[in-house]
Formats: sequence, structure tokens, C-alpha cells
Amino acid sequence: MTAIANPSVSIQDLSLNFGAISVLETLNLDVAEGEFIVLLGPSGCGKSTLLNCIAGLLDISEGRIFIKGKNVTWEEPKDRGIGMVFQSYALYPQMTVERNLSFGLRVAGLAKDEIAKRIARAAEILQIEPLLQRKPAALSGGQRQRVAIGRALVRDVDVFLFDEPLSNLDAKLRSELRVEIKLLHRKLENTMIYVTHDQIEAMTLADRIAVMKGGVIQQLDAPQTIYNRPVNRFVAGFLGSPAMNFLEGRLEKDKGDWQFAVEDVRIPLATYTFEKEPAPGPAVFGIRPEHVAFNSGAGWPFTATTSVEVVEPMGSDTLVWLKLGGQNFTVRVTSERTPNNEDTVGIGFDPMRASLFDAQTGNRL
Amino acid sequence: MSDQAVSLPPATIGREASGPSGPKPRHRFSRRNIFLYGTLIVVALYYLLPLYVMVVTSLKGMPEIRLGNIFSPPLEITFEPWVKAWSQACTGLNCDGLSRGFWNSVRITVPSVILSIAIASVNGYALANWRFKGADTFFVILIVGAFIPYQVMIYPIVIILREIGLYGSLSGLVIVHSIFGMPILTLLFRNYFSSMPEELFRAARVDGAGFWGIYLRIMLPMSLPIFVVAVILQVTGIWNDFLFGVVYTRPDTYPMTVQLNNIVNSVQGVKEYNVNMAATILTGLVPLIVYFLSGKLFVRGIAAGAVKG
Repeated sequence: MTAIANPSVSIQDLSLNFGAISVLETLNLDVAEGEFIVLLGPSGCGKSTLLNCIAGLLDISEGRIFIKGKNVTWEEPKDRGIGMVFQSYALYPQMTVERNLSFGLRVAGLAKDEIAKRIARAAEILQIEPLLQRKPAALSGGQRQRVAIGRALVRDVDVFLFDEPLSNLDAKLRSELRVEIKLLHRKLENTMIYVTHDQIEAMTLADRIAVMKGGVIQQLDAPQTIYNRPVNRFVAGFLGSPAMNFLEGRLEKDKGDWQFAVEDVRIPLATYTFEKEPAPGPAVFGIRPEHVAFNSGAGWPFTATTSVEVVEPMGSDTLVWLKLGGQNFTVRVTSERTPNNEDTVGIGFDPMRASLFDAQTGNRL
Repeated sequence: MSDQAVSLPPATIGREASGPSGPKPRHRFSRRNIFLYGTLIVVALYYLLPLYVMVVTSLKGMPEIRLGNIFSPPLEITFEPWVKAWSQACTGLNCDGLSRGFWNSVRITVPSVILSIAIASVNGYALANWRFKGADTFFVILIVGAFIPYQVMIYPIVIILREIGLYGSLSGLVIVHSIFGMPILTLLFRNYFSSMPEELFRAARVDGAGFWGIYLRIMLPMSLPIFVVAVILQVTGIWNDFLFGVVYTRPDTYPMTVQLNNIVNSVQGVKEYNVNMAATILTGLVPLIVYFLSGKLFVRGIAAGAVKG
């Protein structure tokens, strides 16, 4: 983790326990000014809990939270300079959109003309002007979520917190609003912390992704780095759809060159960059289905011939299931080149694009 | 019908084939309907018959009642018994009818209902949304309170009220009613508020609203059904109360139920059945009206409050 000079949000040694259960463990995270950070992980990994801690909705057990250089560990949510958008929108059902937007400002006792000004600005940015006099019940899901974002917007805060804001929407709306959130971020240049379990949202929106598991940040890096150089087997398997291929085998040295052995298959690792000098022993070899070439003959450091087991057309691509070294192996091919079941095909790839993990710890080798 | 369908040659089985299509026909006089409605009608009659007898008797003069035909409708309708029950019937020294008890009951019920619901709704809200340390223990203690028989507490409360100088006064009774309404009302409100989305509460906190702000501006406007339920429960419960009324008040502050008892059970003179019936109906009218006016909301609120525990 590289140090950030003037972090917008800084979480230091944060721990959270519910009784004997530890949900977050001495977690550290620095978010730069104007950065879009996505907290990504499976359900129960603590990502929403972390967001609630930042918002001040949960009391933490240990550690400190800074927002804009101010220690807000003991501050009330409203005093932290944050706006939050919830998965269920959490609009006040009895109030019109306008009253929903202005609620926080009215509580804070702002002047009427200032409130009107801020609502007008937010409504313009989010294009919800025609909806201002409606009740939430009369809005569609996408409109509701826009109003929910507006409620954070009018607060004129430094940090936006999103708690799975698109999970309740259908696929089409989700991709539309995803783009809108991205544009909004570009326009406002606020710091945004965004929780999701959807890897596509994470990949498309984030400046940096923090992949979480069991209350611990596994990897914090740019989306491409996380995708191409996952630090452990969990991160490698969690990101990417279809998922990365894993082959369980052994790391061996053959005439001074490292190679990976599964049954009678030998994968030369001359092009692979090790994190540090490895030792022979059991290991896991991972390669993404789209990094494997199909029927391309020679020219690859590794080639093999095998037979097709199942073909899964997915529209734009086709996923082909094979066996390699006795283990399942998938290859992603363009639709035009779809083979038939039980065809014998040749595959090839460059281990440069692969990832090797320790069989025990799962860490990248 | 079915034989016909089977005997059709294969070629005609298709779009033209006759047979079931469209909505399934319903038989008005199916065995199920007869049984269902029959039971309902019998049960309804069973409950309505006494009411019918009461209304009919209250509209008869005493000579007609002495004939003994309790089910026959009045030959000569008179409202005399109603007037007498309301303003002239004697209880002990007073001869101003039920009206005194009615106003006493109003003076007891209105503040008790308002006070108990105001406190219990805040209790329920705090227990549901502001999970303070020991909240569960507190809640269990409160619920256990609902199972302690009233009789056990009557005498201690008499002493407490005497010591703080409220024994025999209406305000003493108001306090007793408010306290005894607390367990069930708190449970009701807690469950209702627990069923509201928690993110709403969180959003309001981020917006800067505090304990009272969230309660008054977010939760209250959303909880009309449960308030209606609470009002009905309390109005009927307190209005119909006899035990506390007779124990904690004096004759001139007796609630309507106690006074009704005194009118009906007074031993001097002839039994005026028509006056007794009229007085009973008058006393029962308030809860009855409350039910009729709020029936729909009541069912909705009960369902809403019962969903989540």
C-alpha cells in the first residue's frame, strides 16, 4: 500500500467486534482526494460494515477514522461530511421528492433560499426536476435511486458513500446508472467509496478496488492490476467471469528451468515472472479462459491437444469446457469458431499471463 | 362433457375442440359454500340474538315487558327508558343517571389513552431502533409484566396512590391505566418499528436527525395503522374496565361501567329491565362505535404489528 499524502478518508487500525466475533481486523485504508474506491467482496466479507463504520452508523471497537484530516472517530454521522446512498434507496415515503432532498438541510436549519438553490442544482445534475413534487411510491426504481443520490448531493459533502446502490435494479437500468455514477464522479470530483459484490461495477467504476474477505482487505489496487496480477487465489477466483482456470499440480525444476506439472502435462514457466525465487512443491496454476488461444497451432510457449466436453454459447462468446491434465479447463472463444462436442482441438497460451499460487497459503508465487 | 371430448376424432382436437376453457365455473350452492355460510350465519345469530333482545326490551314499556315475550318486537316504541337511563336513574345518592359516569369515563379514558400511547410508542421506538445496552433484558422484564395477574398488584397500588395523595382521584386511575397498558403497547410498537426498513433510520441519521427528530418526522408519519390499533385497544380496554374503576375511585368519580353495575344491581323498587337494557347498550356504545369507524385500519394495523417479532 502506497502512502497517500493528503488522504480524503483515512482508516487506521480499525477493528470491529460483535461480542466474540471479529468482523473487521486492524484494517488500514487511505483514500485519496477525489478517488473512486470500490469495496468488493462476497456477502459477509465486512464491506458494508466498513462503510457503516466510515459513516458513523456503527461504533467501532478500535482504531481511528479521519475524514479530510479531521479525526471523526467519535463524531455523529451528520458531522462527518459524508453523504450516503443505500441499496433500498431509503427514501422517506411520506415526503415528496423535494422534501426528501431537503430533509437533512431543514434539520440542519439552513436558510430557505439556500435549500432551494441546492435542490435546484441537485435536481438539474440528476435530471429529476419533473419529479420534485412526487412521492417516492410514484417513482420507478431508477428514479428512486437518483433521488437517493440527490439526497447525498444536496448535503454538499466531501465524501460519498454508496452501499450497493444498484443491486435492487434490473440489469439494463443497472448498467445505465453505472455510467451515470461514473459521469457524476467526473463532474463532482468528490471522493467516493462504493460497496458492491458485482465485479463488473467494481471494474468499470473504480480507480482502485479493495477486494475484501473475512474482514480483511486482500488486495487494494487498480482494477487492471487486480485482474491481471491477483495477490492470492481468492482474488483470482473472485474476479473474472467466467472464472479463472485453476490446475492443481507441482512446481518442478527441469534442467534449470521452472515448469508446472499436472499428470503428464508440463507447462514451461520461462516467461512467468515470479514474485520471488520459488521452491519446488505443490502449487496451483491459474489462467483466465480468455488468455487461452484456440486451434491456433504452434507459436505459443505451451500447446496441448485435448477433446471438447461441453460447449456453452453465451452470445458474444462461447465457453468451451475441456480437460487438461485430467482437470476441468475452460476456454473462451469467439462465436464464429465454436467447435462441436467431442471435437479434438488444440489450445495454446503464454504462461506470462498466468498466475501461480502456493497450494497451502494461496498466495501468489 | 368429458365423454364427448374423448370421442372426438384426433383431427378436430385442437383449437376448435370443445371442453373446459376460460374461467372455472363457480357453483353458488356447492357443499362447501353451504357449510361455510351456514356456520357463519349460525354463529352470527348466536352473537346477535342477545343484542336484539336488549334493543327490543329497551324500547318497550314495563307493562309490555311483564307479558314475558322477550323476542317479540315492541308494540309501542318508547324512548323513555333511554332517557331515564341517561339522566334519571339512581345510583346511591345521585339520581342523575349514567351521564355522570359517562363523563367520568371520558375524563379517565382520554388522558389514559393519550398518555399510555405516547409513552409506549417512544418505548417501542427506542427498543427497536436505538439498541441500547440491556435493551433485551428491559424488554423481557416489560413483557413479563403483562403476565402478572392484576389482583396481585391491586393492594400495593392502593398504598402507593395513597402515599402520593392520588388515591380516589381520576388522575390516580389514569396513571394506573397508563402503566398497565405499557407492556402490550410497547410490544406492539416495538414490533411495528422493527418491521420498518433499517436503512430508513440510517438515512435519517446521516441526514442529521436525532432521537426525537427521527421519531417525530420519520417514524410517526409512517405509523398511522399501529396507532389506530393502539387507540382501539386502549379505548376499549379502559372504557370496559371495571376492576380498577371500582377500586381506585370514589362514588362521585366512578366510571360508567361501575355506575352501570350499580344501576342494574340496585335492589330497591321494581327491576326496570328496559332501563337496564338501555343503560347497558349506552355503556357499550363507545367501544362499538370505535370498532365500526376504524375496522379496516384495525385489521391492517394488527397484521402489520404481528408480522415481525
